[in-house]
Parts: sequence; structure tokens; C-alpha cells
Amino acid sequence: MAKRIEVSDLNIYYGNFRAVEGVNISIEPRSITALIGPSGCGKSTFLRSLNRMHEVLPGARVEGKVVMDGQDLYGADVDPVDVRRQIGMVFQRPNPFPTMSIYDNVIAGNRLNNKRMKKSETDDLVEKSLMGANLWNEVKDRLDRPGSGLSGGQQQRLCIARAIAVEPDVLLMDEPCSALDPISTLAIEDLMTELKERFTIVIVTHNMQQAARVSESTGFFNLNGVGQPGRLIEFNPTEKIFSNPDEKATEDYISGRFG
Amino acid sequence: MTATKAPSEPTQQPAVRRPGDRIFAGTAKASGILILLVLAGVAAFLIGEAIPALVAPAEDIPGGEGLAAYIAPLILGTLLGAVLALLVATPLAVGIALYVTYYAPRRIAAAMGYVIDLLAAIPSVVYGFWGLAVLAPALRPFHQWAADTLGFIPFFAGPASTTGRTMFTVGLVLAVMILPIISAISREVFSQAPALHREAALALGATRWEMIRMAVLPYGKSGVIAGAMLGLGRALGETMAVAIVLSGGAGATLTLISNSNPSTIASNIALRFPEATGIDVNTLIASGLVLFVITLGVNMLARWVVNRRADFSGAN
Repeated sequence: MAKRIEVSDLNIYYGNFRAVEGVNISIEPRSITALIGPSGCGKSTFLRSLNRMHEVLPGARVEGKVVMDGQDLYGADVDPVDVRRQIGMVFQRPNPFPTMSIYDNVIAGNRLNNKRMKKSETDDLVEKSLMGANLWNEVKDRLDRPGSGLSGGQQQRLCIARAIAVEPDVLLMDEPCSALDPISTLAIEDLMTELKERFTIVIVTHNMQQAARVSESTGFFNLNGVGQPGRLIEFNPTEKIFSNPDEKATEDYISGRFG
Repeated sequence: MTATKAPSEPTQQPAVRRPGDRIFAGTAKASGILILLVLAGVAAFLIGEAIPALVAPAEDIPGGEGLAAYIAPLILGTLLGAVLALLVATPLAVGIALYVTYYAPRRIAAAMGYVIDLLAAIPSVVYGFWGLAVLAPALRPFHQWAADTLGFIPFFAGPASTTGRTMFTVGLVLAVMILPIISAISREVFSQAPALHREAALALGATRWEMIRMAVLPYGKSGVIAGAMLGLGRALGETMAVAIVLSGGAGATLTLISNSNPSTIASNIALRFPEATGIDVNTLIASGLVLFVITLGVNMLARWVVNRRADFSGAN
């Protein structure tokens, strides 16, 4: 539960194209780490490399090390399926399974891990996870309804409930609020602040106020030009990044003088 | 005067329509109406020519026991062969479609897609000769084995055919023929399963098969059903292959492996029509009308299933 991730000299490739270059970062447990940067700078690719989701695309591979509490995630005998069971993910667009009820969506991951659970156990798990995602009171009377009938913000919290139901060590969030209105965004941000007591959270966001509001540390990704690999320009405590960054590029980006 | 006229003017003015739009809309509408006219013409012909057989006294109908007694075994034969083909082809087609979309390396997948589609380009008479010359003899041992060990099931009641020209062989030939339709449609719907939901499953730690079960099969289910119904439609109407392979003409029997098989509607028409005269012709056309209705029913069912899908696909 809530583990530290150490990344050293990470290069990420799609085929022959080097998408991300030379990332060194240490992600602290029980905290929120935000990744910001312009579109195409590799921050999403980097996030997805943390639970090996980028391997969904053919030709994707990495060089370097990603170590979670001493366990090399890219070790020769490590199954990416196991990595993803320990490191959960929430996506940009809410994606509850449309053919499943709210109840079944929450326990979808648990059904994969151990097939036999007593009804009372799954009931408890569903309630606990939906409570954890601040969604229980809104959906407790319609758990058998399809998850796609909820509002966008509710769907995203349902996806968070689904991700935390399997008790992951780390929660990755790829622009979780970019498809949501400000009120739903606030609900998710409050939720993230609660969840960081139990999980290590890494969030990619285009919203710099959001990064400043929720995160302890912030990493700024940038790239020199189209076709160039993205790199981690600066990684510092969020307060420092937004008040007194070490790098000129960071300051230009957060103050809107970029490009 | 202008003040009172002004508010109503915009709604009265017809929308400006360019000639290209008008021509395209006209030809599209004409094509649609043409299809309906052709269909109505075929239906009118079938009904008109079938009426003499419908009203004729029972002893005039071939067989001497009336129209229902003549057609019933043919309906049974048609359905037996087609349903058997469907039962064999559907799981196979789903397996092929899943392999091509989610398991095969890209190059193999593309090549396999072409090969499967090629199956649809082979003329049915070729399938007929293949069934007669290759498949039927090859299946003889199976017929014997089925009669010996599964004989207690009505479908496998003996005595086993010694030629292999049975409903069972016909079912397998038809299965190969409808395989491309079902697998092509399944391939299409499987490849359209949203990446969003496939990634959701993978991110929960699903293996590839679990991802397919969670995000692909539920999404593609109704498409597979629709494809199966289209395949069933083709199997119901298949004429040449059945006429060549099947030694039919016996009464209504359920057994798939003996020499006494009911014929199918389409192959019966093809075999008898050249020598039919008078009321015999009307009888054959009446059986054709029945096939028309069955096929229409199957296609409407498929259409209904496809439309129903819109409601629960989670299009939002």
C-alpha cells in the first residue's frame, strides 16, 4: 500500500521514435505528484509507462529502470498484467463498462483477481469503494443501473471507485478532469486529497491551477521541437515550481510566456 | 405593410437547393423505391403463381396428400441444414474474428482476412462438388461412429449412410459457405470495440482474454448475432451445393446421418422445376413463397437485433 517509485534514466520508444528521454524522478508515497507540460511533451506516455499501459501500442518499449519499493517493474520475469493490478489508472475520458451495472463496474477488477467472493463481501467492497470515491450517496439506490447513465463527473468517480476497489499501491490519473465541468472537477480534487492518505497518486494535468492546488511535487515536461523527444525539465516541490522555479523554461510555461 | 409581412417571410421561403443536391436526392430516392418495387414484384409473382396450388384439391398435389404435407418435410430439411451450419460456423467465425483482430500479428491478420473473404468468392457449385467428392467420403467413418455410439439421440439415429451424402455433410458444407459472412461482420464489430473500454479492462490488470470478455464480447454480441442471422439467411436459400451433395427426397426425418433425408426447399425446386408441368409448377412456387417468408423473417429478426443494440451500447 502506497509505495515509492524510483525512475532512473528512462527512455521510452515507439518503434524507432524516442518519445521520452532521460527521465529521473522519485515519486513519494502518500503524496500527489503532478506532471505538467505542453501537448506532445511525453507526460502521458511517461505516466503510462509507470504501469506499462503504453505497451498496448505495438512497438512500444523502454530503456532504463522503474523500481517500486525495490521491485523492478520491467524485470525479465515481471508480467505487465501483475504490474497493472498493483498500479491502477484513471483515464481522461470516464470509461465505465457500458454493458455492466454500477455494482459490477466497481468489482470488475476484483472479479479478475479472485473469482469467488461471497455476496456479502462484494456488497461491502462496493459500498466501501463507492464511499471512498464520494459517490455512494448518489448511487446507492440504483446500483443495478448501467454506469453509463451517470453524469460525466459521477462516471469519473465511478472509475476511481473501480480503480481503488482492487487496493492498488499507486493510482495514476491521466487528465482526469479535462472532460468535466468545474464543480465535478472540484469533487474529484477533494477526493484526490482524501485518497493520498492511502495511495501514491500521480496526475497528468493541463490545468496548472489544479497542479498547484492538489500536488506536493510537480514535474515539468517539455520538448525542443516537433519530432524531438520529450524530457523532464524540472522536478521540484509544487510551491517552488510555481513561485521560484529553477529553470527559465518552467517559468515561461507557467506564466504563459511559452513558445 | 412591410412590417406585418416581415416576420412570416423567412419561414415561407423555401430553402435554397443546389442542382447537385436535387439530383443526388432524386437518384437516391429512386434507387430506394426501385428496390421496393422489385421486392413487391417478386412477392406478387410468388403469391399469384402459388394460389392455384393453395386452392387445388389435395390429391392433385404431388404426393397426393395436399400442399402442407408436401412442403412440411422440405421446411424441416431446410431448417435442419441451415441451423446445423449456423451451430458449426458461428463459434468458428467468432474465434477467427477474435484471432484476426486481437491475437494475430498484423501481417498475418491482414492476409487471413483476405483468405476468409476469398471463401465467399467461390461459386456454390464448386462447394457442391467439393462436398460430394471430398467431404462426403471423408465423413463416412464419422457417420458410422455416430450411428454406433450416439444412435440414441434422434439426430444420429442409424442406419448410417454409406455414401456420406447426408444432411450432416450438407450442414458442414453450408457452414464453410457462411463462415466468411459471419466472420467478416464479427471482425468488423470486434475491431470497433472502443479503445477506451479495452484500456479500462487492461488497466485493471486484465489479461488479453479477460479484456476481450469484459470489453469486446459484450460490445460485439449483437453484431455477431446479426452476422449469424445473415449467414442463416444464406444457408436457408442455398441451392446448388445442397442439390449436388444431398440425396434427399425422403419424408420428414430428424436424423442427420442416414440415407433418408428430407430435401430442402431451394434444392427441391432446382431439381424438379425442369420437368414440372401444370399444378406441379404452382406447388414448387408455393414452396418458394414459404422460403421467401422464412428468409424475410430471419432478416427482419437480424435487423431488429441490430437496432436494439443502439439502446444499450452506451453510445454516450
